[in-house]
Amino acid sequence: MADMDEIQEMFFDECDELLEGLATGLRQMDEPGHDKETVHAVFRAVHSIKGGAAAFGLSDLVTFAHRFETVLDLLRSDKLEAAAGVMPIMHRSSDCLADLVAAARQSSEPDHDRRETLLAELDQIIAANGDGEDDLVFTPLAIDIGPVDPGGHLAEPDAGTASGTGFRIHFMPDADLYRSGNDPAALLHALAKLGEIEVMLDAEMVAPLEDWSEDQPQLKWDVLLQTDEAREEVEAIFEFVEDCCDLRIVALGGGQEPPPSGPEPDPLPPAIEDSSPAEASPVPEPAPPPRPRAAPPAESGQPGATIRVSLDRVDRLMNMIGELVIKEAMLSQVIQTAGMSEDPDVVAGLDSIRQLAGDIQESVMAIRAQPLKLVFQRMHRIVREAADATGKQVRLVTIGEQTEVDKTMVERLIDPLTHMIRNSVDHGLEDAETRRERGKPEEGTITLSAAHRSGRVQIEVSDDGGGINRPKVREIAEEKGLVAPGVALSPGEIDQLLFMPGFSSKEEVSALSGRGVGLDVVRREIMDLGGRVMIHSVEAEGTTFSIALPLTLAVLEGMLIQLCGQTMVLPINSVQETMRANPSILHGVGQGGRLLSNRGDLLPIIDLGCVFGLRDEAAPLEEGVLVVVETDSQKRAALLIDGIFDQRQVVIKSLEENYGQVPGVSAATILGDGKIALIVDPEAIVMSSSNDYARPAMALAANG
Amino acid sequence: MLQSMSPNSVGKSDVVAFKLAEQDFCIDIGLVREIRGWSPTTVLPHAPHYVKGVINLRGSVVTVVDLSARLGFGATEPSQRHVVIIAMHEGRIVGLLADLVSDIVTVNDEHMQAVPDIASDPAREFIIGMITFEDGRILRKIDLAQLLPTPQGGAA
Repeated sequence: MADMDEIQEMFFDECDELLEGLATGLRQMDEPGHDKETVHAVFRAVHSIKGGAAAFGLSDLVTFAHRFETVLDLLRSDKLEAAAGVMPIMHRSSDCLADLVAAARQSSEPDHDRRETLLAELDQIIAANGDGEDDLVFTPLAIDIGPVDPGGHLAEPDAGTASGTGFRIHFMPDADLYRSGNDPAALLHALAKLGEIEVMLDAEMVAPLEDWSEDQPQLKWDVLLQTDEAREEVEAIFEFVEDCCDLRIVALGGGQEPPPSGPEPDPLPPAIEDSSPAEASPVPEPAPPPRPRAAPPAESGQPGATIRVSLDRVDRLMNMIGELVIKEAMLSQVIQTAGMSEDPDVVAGLDSIRQLAGDIQESVMAIRAQPLKLVFQRMHRIVREAADATGKQVRLVTIGEQTEVDKTMVERLIDPLTHMIRNSVDHGLEDAETRRERGKPEEGTITLSAAHRSGRVQIEVSDDGGGINRPKVREIAEEKGLVAPGVALSPGEIDQLLFMPGFSSKEEVSALSGRGVGLDVVRREIMDLGGRVMIHSVEAEGTTFSIALPLTLAVLEGMLIQLCGQTMVLPINSVQETMRANPSILHGVGQGGRLLSNRGDLLPIIDLGCVFGLRDEAAPLEEGVLVVVETDSQKRAALLIDGIFDQRQVVIKSLEENYGQVPGVSAATILGDGKIALIVDPEAIVMSSSNDYARPAMALAANG
Repeated sequence: MLQSMSPNSVGKSDVVAFKLAEQDFCIDIGLVREIRGWSPTTVLPHAPHYVKGVINLRGSVVTVVDLSARLGFGATEPSQRHVVIIAMHEGRIVGLLADLVSDIVTVNDEHMQAVPDIASDPAREFIIGMITFEDGRILRKIDLAQLLPTPQGGAA
């Protein structure tokens, strides 16, 4: 039972890959002039899913996949044009197939109505375009390759380049072929993978049943293969059967091709010498030629060799590397205390260990890294559905699909991105009429891009819509009491209002975006990943949401600071600059309020010790160090700490696992001396303390 | 937790006994992972007064609870001689700071008594039972679930 479950799980895993390939293939088919191979790949994907599903008795899936496959077969055999009318149905079928697979995986009930509708549509196509149903495999497929007689000329290609056009293959298996367990169908399938194929069965010589002898099957196939592959590739398919069949391969274009090399049932290749026939040598049989490849070539287009490893193992490895980094830090500390840090040998040794630890860490991170493609591909469907629901025409352009991020991040990005995409379709893009008036193409474009940028991953969702209607946003925020009327807000601050909980700018809540979650949830989710969201909007030109994410959730570059006798870590990427408190740049505001003038801005000074309750009285500024930090809402503040003493990579350890969340602290880490240091969350610190300052509403806005 | 208990020991269980402010306490041995000497903790901001901080236990972050403070005896000034009992409760690891671990005792369930009604001593809510011995000693059995700080900020 357990075994079966395991196999089934494998099948579903494979399905995911196949579905992904299917979706990609269908998108390629949208483009004019797509490769014929794409159609084949799409067909194969559906076919494989169907096959697997049948093995597990998933009849819903099989029925649907079969019908889907039938239509794809029409496409593949050029009986049906991949025209505008058909492709949307194909896309939706692919979505539906994915749903059915998901339903089967969770043993839940799929959406029957939707499936029925699609089945009906598929049936219509089938009915309109041909005979489709049963004998899928051996229906002679009409291929436009001009006259087919062996010596004949093909219309376009210059004769002579025999390998460029194709072959005519006569294939008549002997009884031995069947006896040895070979299947002509498998061979023909293998041939079909080389290119366009037309198979004709010649059963004329087959004797009537009463006279038929199994020694003389007499079935004969005539195959027209249009391929770019070399003759050797074709021969390779028959490599294991060439001595038990009648095989003739004639090149099409160049009719003068000499008669085949693996021709008449030539019982023996003449290679074996007659010298010692009597000897009971181990080579009495005509040894089949060496096996450079398996008889039917494995599915083409397989990516490089991969293994499936459970995430647990990778995580364990990652944990151990975390320990290694810590131990390395401990070692260097010990060496320092021992006064050996000057010894060049020790320094060199330590350096190389550090380097190695870094390399290992990077490699493991690379194992965990996955291309964002997995997320981006889903977004095509989201756009499609959102476009259907709103009646807008939308095109999704993805850039940088190959950008890799940590696997956990890939999974946790799906929800926020889905929401942002829906949001862009629903709120960002104007309706067709408005777009026409503005002189834009009716079809809106949403661009989803990803790139690595200075140690972070930048993901952008941009639309070419109308931009944020700021007066409107402001009006709504005031109406809802999110911001006091009359407060001066910069355009950037108004944009930030979108991230406030409970904000929804559409007057009528649409079925699409109005699901009770707003952009505030998106922002929270991104922040949980250690990232930030920014908006950039230009009136009538569009809006861009950018998400900046750390590369990994496991390691962080930190500044080690001293605070009330404790060591803490400040994430380096939020630190802008550090300085000694100089009275000339300090200003008091009222009682206790202290400001720092820095680059033309006045920044509040936050005493970190007080925030954490480590001291009761604010420390005198002169003795401390000021660290200017910036939060993702471009808010800046200066944190007062006791001192800075190092900068290094720290391994992030969860506090929540055994304790819970601590306000102002994002996680913990282990230092070189084995002690724990808390990692400060500057974002939360600045936000919580700006609550005490002038504009509570804005703090909320920044807070999300 | 006590799967290892053999069938003939039904009605009996092992407990780890420890001292706290001159009183004897115990917890189920199945909950205890290890016993360590005290090592300085990292203070957690905004933590309840009975949370001493966190220590590094072979790479994981473990909260140390000052049992004495938790039970209302007043905060412990930990020294080298204090012990931290590492216990596992509902998947969370926690360290319990105690004066010293005295014994591992097998107790008969029938010797377990309910806690008598003694007003509202804070210690009472954390004790699930009293185990009496013939020599007059009493072990107070601690309810770990009541004792531990509840996880904050449900996001975890």
